[in-house]
Amino acid sequence: MESTAKDNPFLSFFQFIGKKTLYIINNLGAIAIFFTLAFLKIFRPKQFREIVQQVFYIGARSSNIVILVGLFTGMVLGLQLFYTLNTFGSEGVLGSVVAFTLIRELGPVLTAIMITARAGSAMTAEIGILRISEQIDALYTMRIDPLQYLISPRIAAAIISFPLLTAFFDLVGIFGGYVTGVLLLGVDKGAYFYRIHAYVQMADISGGFIKSLVFAGLVSTICCYQGYFAHLLTDSHGAKSVNLATTAAVVYSCVMILVSDYVVTSFLM
Amino acid sequence: MKKYSLETVVGIFVVAGLLCVAYMTVKLGKVSLIGDEYYSLHARFASVSGLRVGNLIEIGGIEVGRVERLSIDQEDQMSVVELKIRKGIKVYDDASASIRTAGLIGDKFVKIEPGSTGELLKPGGIIAETTSPMDLDELIGKYAFGDIKKDDIKESK
Repeated sequence: MESTAKDNPFLSFFQFIGKKTLYIINNLGAIAIFFTLAFLKIFRPKQFREIVQQVFYIGARSSNIVILVGLFTGMVLGLQLFYTLNTFGSEGVLGSVVAFTLIRELGPVLTAIMITARAGSAMTAEIGILRISEQIDALYTMRIDPLQYLISPRIAAAIISFPLLTAFFDLVGIFGGYVTGVLLLGVDKGAYFYRIHAYVQMADISGGFIKSLVFAGLVSTICCYQGYFAHLLTDSHGAKSVNLATTAAVVYSCVMILVSDYVVTSFLM
Repeated sequence: MKKYSLETVVGIFVVAGLLCVAYMTVKLGKVSLIGDEYYSLHARFASVSGLRVGNLIEIGGIEVGRVERLSIDQEDQMSVVELKIRKGIKVYDDASASIRTAGLIGDKFVKIEPGSTGELLKPGGIIAETTSPMDLDELIGKYAFGDIKKDDIKESK
């Protein structure tokens, strides 16, 4: 069969596509199984302490950077939208536009990308080093389930932290819009908050939180998966493979955040 | 940072986060925690063109509730609007409701003249006197074709 494929350019073309497709589907299946197993092991006993530890690293330690980014995102939104809306003479709706943009779209997405950069990369590197220094194998020999001990608390902590950090981001961003729109550019304060209150509906807010939960699952799974199987990379080994795994985890996470953002939005609309 | 234990930091983080979530859902999302602080009235219009669920209800320019549901009464071919109005706002049975537009191209809202002389409307009551929204398209069409009369404007008002 190999020989016929080599002889015939047509067949080798299809063989190439088939090989790639099988590779991708295999990987997706492995990630799905990885996530399901780790997720179910969250509910095993004695997980609480580990989860608190991870919420500290993923959530509490990330809140400073998320608040900073949220503030400046809100401020620049206030500035840009003010000048755009000013050409239509409708800067009164600034509040609702800023709030909608943040709650529906920018809040979940930018929070997820910031946490990927801050905590996701650290997750991959840490687990990758545990793998290449054979400490995960050591856990096996001590009859400790590495999936339950290392991965499940991280996924649980991500699911707890992402929505909370998104809420920080949204509120701080709305305040940032207030700083530029109302304090610097002179939009009416009452109009700014009234419009937010009048136009933002529960569906917008719950949509934003659904997004952040989806991102939490994606980011934590991709980052843990890349680190956990860093030793299986074919083109490198040792420290180099941790390097490649971390890069791949951050890139895949960011791409998947943006792709799934579109998919989830089209389902929610 | 070093003064606090890990648990304390996580506790502060989670509580602050939950407060933000609660603020967003209760204040911005208008989810009422304390059950029924609203009662509903119905109003029947010939047309509710442009009105949507969630539009404001005003009495004397002050927001008193929101449009809860829009439906059609198949028997009379009338549009029925369910209005959710804050408790404590009194509407009498000689009240009238009209659909207005905020500004020229703004959102529609329901304006209620609460009346004064009749009996108090109970939850589920019907506001009998209604005025449908002025159809701007139709008016412009009439103006363009030149058969607009003073009466038309008065009627649709």
